[in-house]
Amino acid sequence: MRKVAIISYGMTKVDRHWNKSLRDLFSEATLKALSRVDIPKVDAIFVGNMCASDLCDQNNIGTLIADHIGMISIPAYRIEAACGSGGAALHCGFMAVSSGIFDIVIVGGVEKLTDGTGKKVTLSLGKAADFEYEVFYGITFASLNALIMRRYMEVYKVPRDAFADFAVLMHKNGAKNPYAQLQFEIDRETVLKSEDIADPIKLYDCSPIGDGAAVVILCPLEDASKYSDSFVEIAGIGSATDTIDIASREDLLLFKSTLIAANNAYKMAKVSPSDIDLVEIHDAFTINAALSLEALGFSKRGEFDKLLYDGAFEPDGIIPVNLSGGLKSRGHPVGATGVYQVAEITMQLLGEAGKNQLKNAEIGLAQNMAGVASNSFVTILRRYK
Amino acid sequence: MSVPRYWRCIPQRIKMEALKCKSCGKTIYPPRARCIYCGGNDFETYVIPEKGRLISFSIIRHAPIGFEHTTPYVVGIVEFENGLRISSQITDVDINELKIGMEVEQVFRKVTEDGKSGIIQYAIKFRPIFQNI
Repeated sequence: MRKVAIISYGMTKVDRHWNKSLRDLFSEATLKALSRVDIPKVDAIFVGNMCASDLCDQNNIGTLIADHIGMISIPAYRIEAACGSGGAALHCGFMAVSSGIFDIVIVGGVEKLTDGTGKKVTLSLGKAADFEYEVFYGITFASLNALIMRRYMEVYKVPRDAFADFAVLMHKNGAKNPYAQLQFEIDRETVLKSEDIADPIKLYDCSPIGDGAAVVILCPLEDASKYSDSFVEIAGIGSATDTIDIASREDLLLFKSTLIAANNAYKMAKVSPSDIDLVEIHDAFTINAALSLEALGFSKRGEFDKLLYDGAFEPDGIIPVNLSGGLKSRGHPVGATGVYQVAEITMQLLGEAGKNQLKNAEIGLAQNMAGVASNSFVTILRRYK
Repeated sequence: MSVPRYWRCIPQRIKMEALKCKSCGKTIYPPRARCIYCGGNDFETYVIPEKGRLISFSIIRHAPIGFEHTTPYVVGIVEFENGLRISSQITDVDINELKIGMEVEQVFRKVTEDGKSGIIQYAIKFRPIFQNI
Protein backbone atom coordinates (compact mmCIF):
# COMPACT_ATOMS: atom_id res chain seq x y z
CA MET A 1 0.00 0.00 0.00
CA ARG A 2 1.50 3.32 -1.05
CA LYS A 3 1.18 6.51 0.99
CA VAL A 4 -0.88 9.18 -0.75
CA ALA A 5 -0.50 12.96 -0.92
CA ILE A 6 -2.82 15.80 -1.85
CA ILE A 7 -0.70 18.07 -4.03
CA SER A 8 -3.29 20.65 -5.02
CA TYR A 9 -6.83 21.87 -4.47
CA GLY A 10 -9.32 24.17 -6.16
CA MET A 11 -12.78 25.36 -5.18
CA THR A 12 -15.49 27.60 -6.50
CA LYS A 13 -17.34 29.85 -4.11
CA VAL A 14 -20.48 28.06 -2.98
CA ASP A 15 -23.36 30.10 -4.30
CA ARG A 16 -26.49 30.17 -6.39
CA HIS A 17 -24.50 30.22 -9.62
CA TRP A 18 -27.31 31.07 -12.02
CA ASN A 19 -24.95 31.56 -14.96
CA LYS A 20 -22.86 28.42 -14.46
CA SER A 21 -23.72 24.80 -15.21
CA LEU A 22 -22.60 21.56 -13.58
CA ARG A 23 -19.72 21.23 -16.05
CA ASP A 24 -18.73 24.90 -15.74
CA LEU A 25 -18.40 24.59 -11.98
CA PHE A 26 -16.33 21.42 -12.11
CA SER A 27 -13.95 22.80 -14.72
CA GLU A 28 -13.50 26.06 -12.79
CA ALA A 29 -12.38 24.13 -9.69
CA THR A 30 -10.23 21.77 -11.78
CA LEU A 31 -8.41 24.54 -13.64
CA LYS A 32 -7.62 26.24 -10.33
CA ALA A 33 -6.20 22.98 -8.96
CA LEU A 34 -4.19 22.28 -12.13
CA SER A 35 -2.72 25.80 -12.13
CA ARG A 36 -0.96 25.16 -8.81
CA VAL A 37 1.03 22.11 -9.91
CA ASP A 38 3.16 20.89 -12.75
CA ILE A 39 1.94 17.39 -13.54
CA PRO A 40 2.77 15.40 -16.69
CA LYS A 41 -0.57 13.57 -16.90
CA VAL A 42 -3.78 12.66 -15.13
CA ASP A 43 -4.59 8.95 -14.90
CA ALA A 44 -8.20 9.05 -13.76
CA ILE A 45 -11.03 11.23 -12.47
CA PHE A 46 -13.34 10.44 -9.55
CA VAL A 47 -16.38 12.70 -9.29
CA GLY A 48 -18.74 12.84 -6.33
CA ASN A 49 -22.26 13.91 -7.24
CA MET A 50 -25.69 13.22 -5.83
CA CYS A 51 -28.48 15.08 -7.63
CA ALA A 52 -27.50 15.62 -11.28
CA SER A 53 -29.76 12.77 -12.43
CA ASP A 54 -32.76 14.45 -10.80
CA LEU A 55 -32.04 18.14 -11.16
CA CYS A 56 -29.82 18.46 -14.26
CA ASP A 57 -31.33 15.49 -16.15
CA GLN A 58 -27.80 14.23 -16.57
CA ASN A 59 -26.21 10.87 -15.89
CA ASN A 60 -22.82 9.68 -17.15
CA ILE A 61 -21.19 12.47 -15.15
CA GLY A 62 -17.69 10.96 -15.38
CA THR A 63 -17.73 11.21 -19.16
CA LEU A 64 -19.29 14.67 -19.13
CA ILE A 65 -16.51 15.95 -16.89
CA ALA A 66 -13.63 14.21 -18.71
CA ASP A 67 -14.91 15.63 -21.99
CA HIS A 68 -15.33 19.16 -20.66
CA ILE A 69 -11.91 19.40 -19.02
CA GLY A 70 -10.05 18.08 -22.03
CA MET A 71 -9.21 14.66 -20.69
CA ILE A 72 -11.05 12.36 -23.09
CA SER A 73 -9.79 8.77 -23.03
CA ILE A 74 -8.79 8.61 -19.36
CA PRO A 75 -11.01 6.61 -16.96
CA ALA A 76 -13.66 8.69 -15.18
CA TYR A 77 -16.04 7.53 -12.47
CA ARG A 78 -19.03 9.11 -10.79
CA ILE A 79 -19.31 8.11 -7.16
CA GLU A 80 -22.67 8.49 -5.42
CA ALA A 81 -23.24 8.23 -1.69
CA ALA A 82 -25.87 10.96 -1.28
CA CYS A 83 -24.43 13.90 0.73
CA GLY A 84 -21.34 11.75 1.33
CA SER A 85 -20.52 11.46 -2.37
CA GLY A 86 -17.51 13.77 -2.09
CA GLY A 87 -15.99 11.84 0.80
CA ALA A 88 -16.68 8.58 -1.03
CA ALA A 89 -15.00 9.89 -4.19
CA LEU A 90 -11.94 10.92 -2.17
CA HIS A 91 -11.68 7.49 -0.58
CA CYS A 92 -11.99 5.80 -3.99
CA GLY A 93 -9.27 8.07 -5.36
CA PHE A 94 -7.09 7.28 -2.35
CA MET A 95 -7.57 3.53 -2.84
CA ALA A 96 -6.76 3.81 -6.54
CA VAL A 97 -3.47 5.64 -5.91
CA SER A 98 -2.55 3.69 -2.81
CA SER A 99 -3.04 0.38 -4.61
CA GLY A 100 -0.80 1.43 -7.49
CA ILE A 101 -3.53 1.18 -10.14
CA PHE A 102 -3.21 4.92 -10.87
CA ASP A 103 -0.52 7.48 -10.07
CA ILE A 104 -2.14 10.89 -10.49
CA VAL A 105 -5.87 11.29 -10.02
CA ILE A 106 -8.29 14.17 -9.89
CA VAL A 107 -10.89 13.79 -7.15
CA GLY A 108 -13.74 16.23 -7.25
CA GLY A 109 -17.27 16.83 -6.16
CA VAL A 110 -19.84 18.91 -7.96
CA GLU A 111 -23.46 19.82 -7.36
CA LYS A 112 -25.85 22.09 -9.20
CA LEU A 113 -28.90 22.26 -6.93
CA THR A 114 -30.33 25.46 -8.37
CA ASP A 115 -31.11 23.76 -11.69
CA GLY A 116 -34.06 22.28 -9.78
CA THR A 117 -37.03 24.07 -8.26
CA GLY A 118 -37.86 23.96 -4.52
CA LYS A 119 -40.06 20.86 -4.16
CA LYS A 120 -38.02 18.90 -6.67
CA VAL A 121 -34.87 19.68 -4.68
CA THR A 122 -36.56 18.61 -1.43
CA LEU A 123 -37.54 15.30 -3.03
CA SER A 124 -34.12 14.76 -4.59
CA LEU A 125 -32.29 15.37 -1.29
CA GLY A 126 -34.80 13.15 0.49
CA LYS A 127 -33.66 10.20 -1.60
CA ALA A 128 -30.69 9.84 0.75
CA ALA A 129 -33.24 8.18 3.03
CA ASP A 130 -35.11 4.91 2.46
CA PHE A 131 -37.55 5.79 -0.31
CA GLU A 132 -39.98 2.89 0.17
CA TYR A 133 -40.21 3.09 3.95
CA GLU A 134 -39.50 6.74 4.81
CA VAL A 135 -39.86 9.08 1.82
CA PHE A 136 -43.05 7.26 0.76
CA TYR A 137 -44.80 8.67 3.84
CA GLY A 138 -43.83 12.25 3.01
CA ILE A 139 -40.86 12.15 5.37
CA THR A 140 -38.31 14.76 4.29
CA PHE A 141 -34.61 14.83 4.95
CA ALA A 142 -35.01 17.79 7.32
CA SER A 143 -37.72 15.93 9.24
CA LEU A 144 -35.48 12.89 9.81
CA ASN A 145 -32.96 15.20 11.43
CA ALA A 146 -35.79 16.86 13.34
CA LEU A 147 -36.84 13.49 14.77
CA ILE A 148 -33.31 12.98 16.06
CA MET A 149 -33.06 16.56 17.35
CA ARG A 150 -36.29 16.35 19.36
CA ARG A 151 -35.13 13.05 20.83
CA TYR A 152 -31.71 14.53 21.72
CA MET A 153 -33.29 17.50 23.50
CA GLU A 154 -35.71 15.19 25.35
CA VAL A 155 -33.11 12.64 26.46
CA TYR A 156 -30.20 14.94 27.33
CA LYS A 157 -32.20 18.04 28.32
CA VAL A 158 -30.04 20.15 26.02
CA PRO A 159 -31.73 23.53 25.43
CA ARG A 160 -32.92 24.60 21.98
CA ASP A 161 -30.69 27.67 22.22
CA ALA A 162 -27.51 25.57 22.07
CA PHE A 163 -28.30 24.54 18.50
CA ALA A 164 -28.98 28.15 17.54
CA ASP A 165 -25.70 29.19 19.14
CA PHE A 166 -23.80 26.59 17.12
CA ALA A 167 -25.25 28.15 13.95
CA VAL A 168 -24.09 31.56 15.22
CA LEU A 169 -20.53 30.22 15.57
CA MET A 170 -20.62 28.74 12.08
CA HIS A 171 -21.67 32.07 10.57
CA LYS A 172 -18.94 33.85 12.53
CA ASN A 173 -16.38 31.57 10.87
CA GLY A 174 -18.03 31.59 7.47
CA ALA A 175 -18.15 35.39 7.38
CA LYS A 176 -14.37 35.28 6.94
CA ASN A 177 -14.29 32.58 4.26
CA PRO A 178 -14.29 33.92 0.69
CA TYR A 179 -15.63 30.56 -0.58
CA ALA A 180 -18.65 30.60 1.77
CA GLN A 181 -22.19 30.96 0.50
CA LEU A 182 -23.51 32.82 3.56
CA GLN A 183 -20.71 35.26 4.41
CA PHE A 184 -22.48 37.10 7.20
CA GLU A 185 -22.86 36.88 10.95
CA ILE A 186 -26.14 36.11 12.69
CA ASP A 187 -27.34 36.06 16.29
CA ARG A 188 -29.41 33.58 18.28
CA GLU A 189 -32.63 35.40 17.44
CA THR A 190 -31.93 35.07 13.72
CA VAL A 191 -32.18 31.30 14.15
CA LEU A 192 -35.05 31.21 16.64
CA LYS A 193 -37.18 33.62 14.64
CA SER A 194 -36.50 32.00 11.28
CA GLU A 195 -39.11 30.03 9.40
CA ASP A 196 -40.20 26.56 10.60
CA ILE A 197 -39.02 23.87 8.21
CA ALA A 198 -39.73 20.65 10.11
CA ASP A 199 -40.21 21.35 13.83
CA PRO A 200 -38.04 21.66 15.81
CA ILE A 201 -35.77 22.49 12.84
CA LYS A 202 -35.89 26.07 11.65
CA LEU A 203 -34.46 27.56 8.48
CA TYR A 204 -31.22 28.68 10.18
CA ASP A 205 -30.60 25.20 11.57
CA CYS A 206 -30.27 24.03 7.96
CA SER A 207 -27.43 24.30 5.51
CA PRO A 208 -28.42 26.43 2.50
CA ILE A 209 -29.20 25.23 -1.02
CA GLY A 210 -26.30 26.09 -3.29
CA ASP A 211 -24.05 25.09 -6.14
CA GLY A 212 -20.34 24.42 -6.13
CA ALA A 213 -17.40 22.25 -7.05
CA ALA A 214 -14.22 21.33 -5.24
CA VAL A 215 -11.25 19.40 -6.56
CA VAL A 216 -8.09 17.90 -5.08
CA ILE A 217 -5.24 16.19 -6.92
CA LEU A 218 -3.72 13.03 -5.46
CA CYS A 219 -0.46 11.24 -6.15
CA PRO A 220 1.87 8.84 -4.33
CA LEU A 221 3.49 10.65 -1.39
CA GLU A 222 6.96 9.67 -2.60
CA ASP A 223 6.36 11.53 -5.89
CA ALA A 224 4.64 14.59 -4.42
CA SER A 225 7.74 16.80 -4.24
CA LYS A 226 8.28 16.34 -7.99
CA TYR A 227 5.05 18.15 -8.73
CA SER A 228 4.62 20.64 -5.93
CA ASP A 229 6.53 22.16 -3.02
CA SER A 230 3.45 22.26 -0.81
CA PHE A 231 1.41 19.16 -0.15
CA VAL A 232 -0.24 17.18 2.65
CA GLU A 233 -0.45 13.48 3.40
CA ILE A 234 -3.71 11.55 3.62
CA ALA A 235 -2.70 9.88 6.87
CA GLY A 236 -5.89 7.94 7.54
CA ILE A 237 -9.24 7.11 6.03
CA GLY A 238 -12.21 5.23 7.41
CA SER A 239 -15.75 4.71 6.28
CA ALA A 240 -18.70 2.73 7.55
CA THR A 241 -22.41 2.21 6.99
CA ASP A 242 -25.48 2.10 9.23
CA THR A 243 -29.14 1.25 8.58
CA ILE A 244 -30.56 3.39 5.80
CA ASP A 245 -33.76 4.10 7.77
CA ILE A 246 -33.25 5.74 11.14
CA ALA A 247 -36.00 3.97 13.11
CA SER A 248 -34.18 0.61 12.85
CA ARG A 249 -31.21 1.85 14.88
CA GLU A 250 -30.83 0.47 18.38
CA ASP A 251 -29.53 3.84 19.55
CA LEU A 252 -31.14 6.76 17.72
CA LEU A 253 -28.66 9.21 19.20
CA LEU A 254 -25.47 7.50 18.10
CA PHE A 255 -23.86 8.15 14.72
CA LYS A 256 -22.45 4.63 14.70
CA SER A 257 -21.13 4.85 11.14
CA THR A 258 -19.13 7.97 12.04
CA LEU A 259 -17.84 6.30 15.22
CA ILE A 260 -16.57 3.24 13.33
CA ALA A 261 -15.21 5.29 10.42
CA ALA A 262 -13.36 7.61 12.82
CA ASN A 263 -11.87 4.75 14.81
CA ASN A 264 -10.54 3.17 11.63
CA ALA A 265 -9.12 6.49 10.42
CA TYR A 266 -7.48 7.22 13.81
CA LYS A 267 -5.96 3.73 13.82
CA MET A 268 -4.58 4.09 10.31
CA ALA A 269 -3.13 7.55 11.03
CA LYS A 270 -1.89 6.37 14.47
CA VAL A 271 -3.49 9.36 16.20
CA SER A 272 -6.27 9.97 18.72
CA PRO A 273 -8.87 12.75 18.93
CA SER A 274 -6.54 14.78 21.20
CA ASP A 275 -3.96 14.95 18.38
CA ILE A 276 -6.37 16.63 15.97
CA ASP A 277 -5.79 20.37 15.56
CA LEU A 278 -8.90 21.21 13.56
CA VAL A 279 -11.97 19.46 12.27
CA GLU A 280 -14.48 19.94 9.48
CA ILE A 281 -17.72 18.19 10.40
CA HIS A 282 -20.88 17.49 8.44
CA ASP A 283 -23.33 19.95 10.04
CA ALA A 284 -26.06 19.73 7.39
CA PHE A 285 -28.38 20.52 10.32
CA THR A 286 -27.26 21.88 13.70
CA ILE A 287 -28.18 18.59 15.42
CA ASN A 288 -25.65 16.82 13.17
CA ALA A 289 -22.90 18.87 14.80
CA ALA A 290 -23.68 17.48 18.26
CA LEU A 291 -23.88 13.86 17.18
CA SER A 292 -20.86 14.09 14.86
CA LEU A 293 -18.60 15.67 17.48
CA GLU A 294 -19.66 12.97 19.96
CA ALA A 295 -19.06 10.12 17.52
CA LEU A 296 -15.66 11.54 16.53
CA GLY A 297 -14.60 11.56 20.19
CA PHE A 298 -14.52 15.33 20.72
CA SER A 299 -17.43 15.46 23.16
CA LYS A 300 -19.02 13.14 25.68
CA ARG A 301 -22.50 12.06 24.69
CA GLY A 302 -25.15 14.61 25.52
CA GLU A 303 -22.59 17.25 26.51
CA PHE A 304 -22.27 19.09 23.22
CA ASP A 305 -23.75 22.27 24.73
CA LYS A 306 -21.32 22.32 27.67
CA LEU A 307 -18.31 22.24 25.36
CA LEU A 308 -19.91 24.77 23.03
CA TYR A 309 -20.36 27.23 25.92
CA ASP A 310 -16.83 26.51 27.20
CA GLY A 311 -15.62 27.80 23.84
CA ALA A 312 -14.12 24.45 22.86
CA PHE A 313 -15.26 24.72 19.24
CA GLU A 314 -14.17 28.34 18.69
CA PRO A 315 -11.17 29.10 16.45
CA ASP A 316 -9.01 29.42 19.60
CA GLY A 317 -10.70 26.53 21.44
CA ILE A 318 -9.55 22.99 22.20
CA ILE A 319 -10.87 21.69 18.91
CA PRO A 320 -11.68 24.39 16.32
CA VAL A 321 -14.77 23.24 14.43
CA ASN A 322 -15.50 24.22 10.83
CA LEU A 323 -13.24 27.23 10.40
CA SER A 324 -14.75 27.35 6.90
CA GLY A 325 -18.19 28.03 8.36
CA GLY A 326 -19.22 24.43 7.84
CA LEU A 327 -22.17 23.26 5.83
CA LYS A 328 -24.24 25.84 7.70
CA SER A 329 -22.41 28.91 6.41
CA ARG A 330 -19.90 27.82 3.77
CA GLY A 331 -22.75 25.92 2.21
CA HIS A 332 -23.60 22.36 1.26
CA PRO A 333 -23.39 21.59 -2.46
CA VAL A 334 -24.16 18.04 -1.41
CA GLY A 335 -22.01 15.79 -3.59
CA ALA A 336 -19.15 18.30 -3.46
CA THR A 337 -19.18 18.91 0.31
CA GLY A 338 -16.81 16.08 1.24
CA VAL A 339 -14.19 17.42 -1.16
CA TYR A 340 -14.67 21.00 0.07
CA GLN A 341 -13.95 19.81 3.60
CA VAL A 342 -10.74 18.10 2.55
CA ALA A 343 -9.67 21.06 0.40
CA GLU A 344 -10.28 23.40 3.35
CA ILE A 345 -8.22 21.29 5.75
CA THR A 346 -5.46 21.12 3.12
CA MET A 347 -5.57 24.91 2.81
CA GLN A 348 -5.25 25.24 6.61
CA LEU A 349 -2.35 22.79 6.84
CA LEU A 350 -0.53 24.61 4.04
CA GLY A 351 -1.07 27.97 5.76
CA GLU A 352 -3.16 29.38 2.94
CA ALA A 353 -6.45 29.94 4.76
CA GLY A 354 -6.28 33.73 4.95
CA LYS A 355 -8.40 35.36 7.66
CA ASN A 356 -9.42 31.97 9.05
CA GLN A 357 -5.87 30.63 9.28
CA LEU A 358 -5.15 28.59 12.37
CA LYS A 359 -1.59 28.80 13.67
CA ASN A 360 0.61 25.70 13.59
CA ALA A 361 -2.04 23.29 12.39
CA GLU A 362 -0.49 19.89 11.73
CA ILE A 363 -3.31 17.36 11.71
CA GLY A 364 -6.87 17.91 10.54
CA LEU A 365 -9.91 15.68 10.25
CA ALA A 366 -12.85 15.83 7.85
CA GLN A 367 -16.12 13.98 8.47
CA ASN A 368 -18.58 13.71 5.59
CA MET A 369 -21.73 11.64 5.68
CA ALA A 370 -24.69 10.41 3.69
CA GLY A 371 -28.22 10.64 5.00
CA VAL A 372 -28.51 10.82 8.77
CA ALA A 373 -25.10 9.17 9.14
CA SER A 374 -26.17 6.08 7.23
CA ASN A 375 -22.76 6.20 5.57
CA SER A 376 -19.76 8.12 6.94
CA PHE A 377 -16.40 9.05 5.47
CA VAL A 378 -13.65 10.23 7.80
CA THR A 379 -10.34 11.49 6.45
CA ILE A 380 -7.29 12.55 8.45
CA LEU A 381 -4.73 14.83 6.80
CA ARG A 382 -1.24 15.56 8.06
CA ARG A 383 1.07 18.42 7.16
CA TYR A 384 4.10 16.95 5.45
CA LYS A 385 7.34 17.83 7.17
CA MET B 1 -45.34 5.31 -8.99
CA SER B 2 -46.09 2.19 -11.02
CA VAL B 3 -48.83 -0.13 -9.77
CA PRO B 4 -46.53 -3.13 -9.13
CA ARG B 5 -44.12 -0.95 -7.22
CA TYR B 6 -46.91 0.09 -4.86
CA TRP B 7 -48.54 -3.33 -4.80
CA ARG B 8 -45.45 -5.32 -3.76
CA CYS B 9 -45.13 -3.27 -0.56
CA ILE B 10 -48.72 -3.96 0.56
CA PRO B 11 -47.57 -6.60 3.09
CA GLN B 12 -45.54 -3.92 4.88
CA ARG B 13 -47.52 -0.74 4.37
CA ILE B 14 -51.00 -2.18 4.91
CA LYS B 15 -50.73 -5.61 6.51
CA MET B 16 -47.96 -4.27 8.75
CA GLU B 17 -45.79 -7.34 8.39
CA ALA B 18 -42.31 -7.23 9.86
CA LEU B 19 -39.85 -10.11 10.12
CA LYS B 20 -38.85 -12.12 13.17
CA CYS B 21 -35.44 -13.73 12.94
CA LYS B 22 -35.54 -17.42 13.83
CA SER B 23 -31.87 -17.36 14.89
CA CYS B 24 -31.81 -14.43 17.33
CA GLY B 25 -35.51 -13.81 17.89
CA LYS B 26 -35.34 -10.09 17.09
CA THR B 27 -37.85 -8.34 14.89
CA ILE B 28 -36.82 -6.11 12.00
CA TYR B 29 -38.65 -3.60 9.82
CA PRO B 30 -38.33 -2.81 6.92
CA PRO B 31 -37.69 -6.43 5.90
CA ARG B 32 -34.18 -7.38 4.82
CA ALA B 33 -32.58 -10.37 3.13
CA ARG B 34 -30.48 -10.97 6.25
CA CYS B 35 -30.99 -10.03 9.89
CA ILE B 36 -29.32 -6.73 10.89
CA TYR B 37 -28.50 -8.17 14.33
CA CYS B 38 -27.16 -11.68 13.65
CA GLY B 39 -26.96 -12.09 9.87
CA GLY B 40 -29.50 -14.93 9.91
CA ASN B 41 -31.71 -15.41 6.88
CA ASP B 42 -34.47 -17.60 8.25
CA PHE B 43 -37.47 -15.49 9.21
CA GLU B 44 -41.10 -15.77 10.15
CA THR B 45 -43.70 -13.06 9.68
CA TYR B 46 -44.28 -10.83 12.67
CA VAL B 47 -47.38 -8.64 12.55
CA ILE B 48 -46.73 -5.25 14.08
CA PRO B 49 -49.05 -4.56 17.08
CA GLU B 50 -52.00 -2.20 16.66
CA LYS B 51 -50.76 0.11 19.39
CA GLY B 52 -47.45 1.75 20.10
CA ARG B 53 -45.84 4.84 21.63
CA LEU B 54 -44.65 7.96 19.83
CA ILE B 55 -40.98 8.45 20.69
CA SER B 56 -40.27 11.44 18.46
CA PHE B 57 -42.12 13.58 15.94
CA SER B 58 -41.70 16.45 13.52
CA ILE B 59 -44.19 18.80 11.91
CA ILE B 60 -43.36 19.20 8.24
CA ARG B 61 -43.89 22.69 6.78
CA HIS B 62 -41.85 22.29 3.60
CA ALA B 63 -43.07 19.26 1.69
CA PRO B 64 -41.72 17.39 -1.31
CA ILE B 65 -43.72 16.79 -4.51
CA GLY B 66 -46.91 14.91 -3.73
CA PHE B 67 -47.34 16.35 -0.25
CA GLU B 68 -47.45 20.08 -0.94
CA HIS B 69 -51.19 20.33 -0.33
CA THR B 70 -51.14 18.54 3.01
CA THR B 71 -48.79 20.79 5.03
CA PRO B 72 -48.44 21.00 7.93
CA TYR B 73 -48.38 17.27 8.50
CA VAL B 74 -46.77 15.18 11.20
CA VAL B 75 -44.28 12.35 10.91
CA GLY B 76 -42.95 10.32 13.79
CA ILE B 77 -41.17 7.26 15.08
CA VAL B 78 -43.44 4.74 16.80
CA GLU B 79 -42.06 2.17 19.24
CA PHE B 80 -43.85 -1.08 20.06
CA GLU B 81 -43.80 -3.35 23.12
CA ASN B 82 -40.92 -5.51 21.96
CA GLY B 83 -38.77 -2.48 21.09
CA LEU B 84 -39.40 -2.54 17.33
CA ARG B 85 -39.61 0.97 15.87
CA ILE B 86 -40.98 2.27 12.61
CA SER B 87 -41.31 5.65 10.89
CA SER B 88 -44.73 6.74 9.70
CA GLN B 89 -47.14 9.62 9.43
CA ILE B 90 -49.08 10.65 12.51
CA THR B 91 -52.59 11.71 11.61
CA ASP B 92 -55.88 12.89 13.13
CA VAL B 93 -54.00 14.97 15.69
CA ASP B 94 -53.98 18.59 16.82
CA ILE B 95 -50.32 19.56 16.48
CA ASN B 96 -50.48 21.32 19.85
CA GLU B 97 -51.37 18.05 21.55
CA LEU B 98 -48.40 16.08 20.24
CA LYS B 99 -46.26 14.68 23.04
CA ILE B 100 -43.33 12.30 23.21
CA GLY B 101 -44.59 9.11 24.83
CA MET B 102 -48.20 9.45 23.69
CA GLU B 103 -50.01 6.24 22.77
CA VAL B 104 -50.89 5.83 19.11
CA GLU B 105 -52.76 3.24 17.08
CA GLN B 106 -52.88 2.11 13.46
CA VAL B 107 -55.34 3.69 11.07
CA PHE B 108 -55.82 3.18 7.31
CA ARG B 109 -55.34 6.41 5.37
CA LYS B 110 -54.51 7.89 1.99
CA VAL B 111 -50.86 8.94 1.70
CA THR B 112 -50.77 10.69 -1.66
CA GLU B 113 -51.80 10.29 -5.27
CA ASP B 114 -49.79 10.17 -8.42
CA GLY B 115 -51.18 13.05 -10.47
CA LYS B 116 -54.67 12.90 -12.01
CA SER B 117 -54.36 9.51 -13.68
CA GLY B 118 -51.90 7.68 -11.42
CA ILE B 119 -52.75 5.43 -8.50
CA ILE B 120 -53.91 6.67 -5.12
CA GLN B 121 -51.48 5.41 -2.51
CA TYR B 122 -52.83 4.17 0.82
CA ALA B 123 -51.00 2.96 3.91
CA ILE B 124 -51.29 2.51 7.62
CA LYS B 125 -50.60 5.69 9.56
CA PHE B 126 -50.84 6.22 13.32
CA ARG B 127 -53.24 8.37 15.33
CA PRO B 128 -53.46 9.19 19.02
CA ILE B 129 -55.62 6.91 21.14
CA PHE B 130 -58.30 9.03 22.75
CA GLN B 131 -59.24 7.84 26.21
CA ASN B 132 -62.93 8.76 25.97
CA ILE B 133 -63.81 6.97 22.75
